[in-house]
Amino acid sequence: MKTLLAGSALALITMSGAAVAQEGTAACLITKTDTNPFFVKMKEGAEAKAAELGITLSSYAGKVDGDHESQVQAIETCIASGASGILIAASDTAAIVDSVQAARDAGLLVIALDTPLDPIDAADATFATDNFQAGLLIGQWAAATLGDAAADARIAMLDLSVAQPSVDVLRDQGFLTGFGIDTGDVNVIGDEEDPRIVGNDITSGNEEGGRRAMENLLAVNPDINVVYTINEPAAAGAYEALKAVGREADVLIVSVDGGCPGVQNVADGVIGATSQQYPLQMAALGIEAIAQYAADGTLPQPTEGKDFFDTGVTLITDAPVEGVESITSEEGKALCWG
Amino acid sequence: MSGTDNFEAVVQERRTEAVAEFHEDKTLIKRFQHALHTTPALVPMIVLIASIVLFGLLIGNRFFSAGTLTLILQQVQLVGIVAAAQTLVIMTAGIDLSVGAITVLCSVIMGQFAFRYGIPVPIAILCGLALGTALGTLNGWLVAVMKLPPFIVTLGTWQIILASNFLYSANETIRSQEIEAQAPLLQFFANTFKIGADENGRGGATFTYGVIFMILLVVVLAYALRQTAWGRHVYAVGDDPDAAQLSGVNVRGTLISVYALSGLICAFAGWALIGRIGSVSPTSGAELNIQSITAVVIGGISLFGGRGSIVGALFGALIVGVFSLGLRLLGADAQWTFFFIGVLIIVAVAVDQWIRKVAA
Repeated sequence: MKTLLAGSALALITMSGAAVAQEGTAACLITKTDTNPFFVKMKEGAEAKAAELGITLSSYAGKVDGDHESQVQAIETCIASGASGILIAASDTAAIVDSVQAARDAGLLVIALDTPLDPIDAADATFATDNFQAGLLIGQWAAATLGDAAADARIAMLDLSVAQPSVDVLRDQGFLTGFGIDTGDVNVIGDEEDPRIVGNDITSGNEEGGRRAMENLLAVNPDINVVYTINEPAAAGAYEALKAVGREADVLIVSVDGGCPGVQNVADGVIGATSQQYPLQMAALGIEAIAQYAADGTLPQPTEGKDFFDTGVTLITDAPVEGVESITSEEGKALCWG
Repeated sequence: MSGTDNFEAVVQERRTEAVAEFHEDKTLIKRFQHALHTTPALVPMIVLIASIVLFGLLIGNRFFSAGTLTLILQQVQLVGIVAAAQTLVIMTAGIDLSVGAITVLCSVIMGQFAFRYGIPVPIAILCGLALGTALGTLNGWLVAVMKLPPFIVTLGTWQIILASNFLYSANETIRSQEIEAQAPLLQFFANTFKIGADENGRGGATFTYGVIFMILLVVVLAYALRQTAWGRHVYAVGDDPDAAQLSGVNVRGTLISVYALSGLICAFAGWALIGRIGSVSPTSGAELNIQSITAVVIGGISLFGGRGSIVGALFGALIVGVFSLGLRLLGADAQWTFFFIGVLIIVAVAVDQWIRKVAA
């Protein structure tokens, strides 16, 4: 017990040492909601890193996804509190730009997390998942898994919403590109003419929507054998629809996210492969960037060849294919969130 | 029957006199209007049949098959169940915006009680049903006793319940596979029976227990509203609460019972939600309030209370289901579904106004 106490005391001393180096540095984290596990994990990552570096962190969140007003208030509060920087996952990427500019004018470093602002250079930097790459990986995996059968695949596309937000478009078009399908205009979902696509439908990113969309597309063509889904809850819903007609065993479902229930579904064979993203990493890197900026004014640099800092995406599958790097669901579970 | 006791004959004789009466032109349209007035479910039924025929002609066998038509029933089962609850409330000239939130919270309670605390599944389900009833009673108490407007009350409880749902569940999903292995009773409403399926169990008409429950619920409620004193009181309270009070109806008790029953039905919908999506997910079902109100309005139930039938709400839900799936099969953009549902709502209310012009 004594050694444990001594150890903790030592840790405290080292920590306070770091705090002295960053004395008075404060940062804000503004997320979309406090309920989505993705943002809960993001907050955890930011809090852990802030504690490590001795930064005072204030967290804010909208009441629901899409709550723009609360985020504007949060930015105003941050400016008034004299923080050095803001990490924000914006609900309304275009409307928030004015408030972000006000913060930058006041000398704060603003980093967009997960969701790029519109335009992307409205923030000093963006730390995000490459959603196109996330889609690309599962597309390549699906095509390689089918082999020659990919030439006459029958694909269902389960998207997010009719509004086609950027994450929806990037994942969808990334998947099609990876699968080897001409996407037409890469900024638009649903303009493809490849007969292998049975249809697109929307899921709202939840189980109920996933099931309904899958049923609808199965009514269009009961022989669908590849299902792309925007996220893992939608995939779970699609699986239920397939199970109801006894087709769950002969359909490939691919998805994006890497949440713990989703990774478990990969282990159970519900989802064939999923692209995992890293919210904890985004927030931790963001806090480090603010600490750096507060110390000597260094601005974070984007990943080479991209207009944002790529926090990485990894394919998780228990049926790896040649030419597409992946990790197993067991490894994925250690990294999952939610 | 003779002598001084011949009262009946006297009355009958008197009745033979001609009394003043209205002479209205009984044109075909007037008769139709009158028929619609006495049978409010007629309009949505005609629209439903017309839309099934229309999509059947446009799409052919892919739509007009037992499999597709019963799929529509499966897709509308949640909206149908919740719309039954919504109908009861709207019948009393109220509105319940919290139905979707109650549904989701009850499904989360059933799941988390069973998985987080290891409570036996039947008891966990009873806890969920009890919670739904309690939340409904709370709505009813605020409306009937505190005399607050139903829209405001349920606008408040909607947010409170939804927030509690997220706070309590931490937005954690319980996966379908775990439920199937450890608590299959939660997925009770997912059980199916098929008629006319092939040897692989595919095709044919598929009925889930959730669909059966929805239909039974509507039948029982339709009977209760038409044939029981309680049902007549619901109509009376919705039509004119003061007159109902003066006629000896317990207005307060009737209102509370309606909201409580609505909460209980929503809790059952929460159970059916688990059957439908397999898992327990706090993010599902949040739009059920708007969807149920849409079904009720298209079903010809007057938002001013006192008029309409529960069968109409089921037809309303089915019309939305037919349009959603029909348009998808035609390859239309999902946006068109919302477009046509909007048109249907306006048409439904316009027809309601037209029918109201008939003297009762």
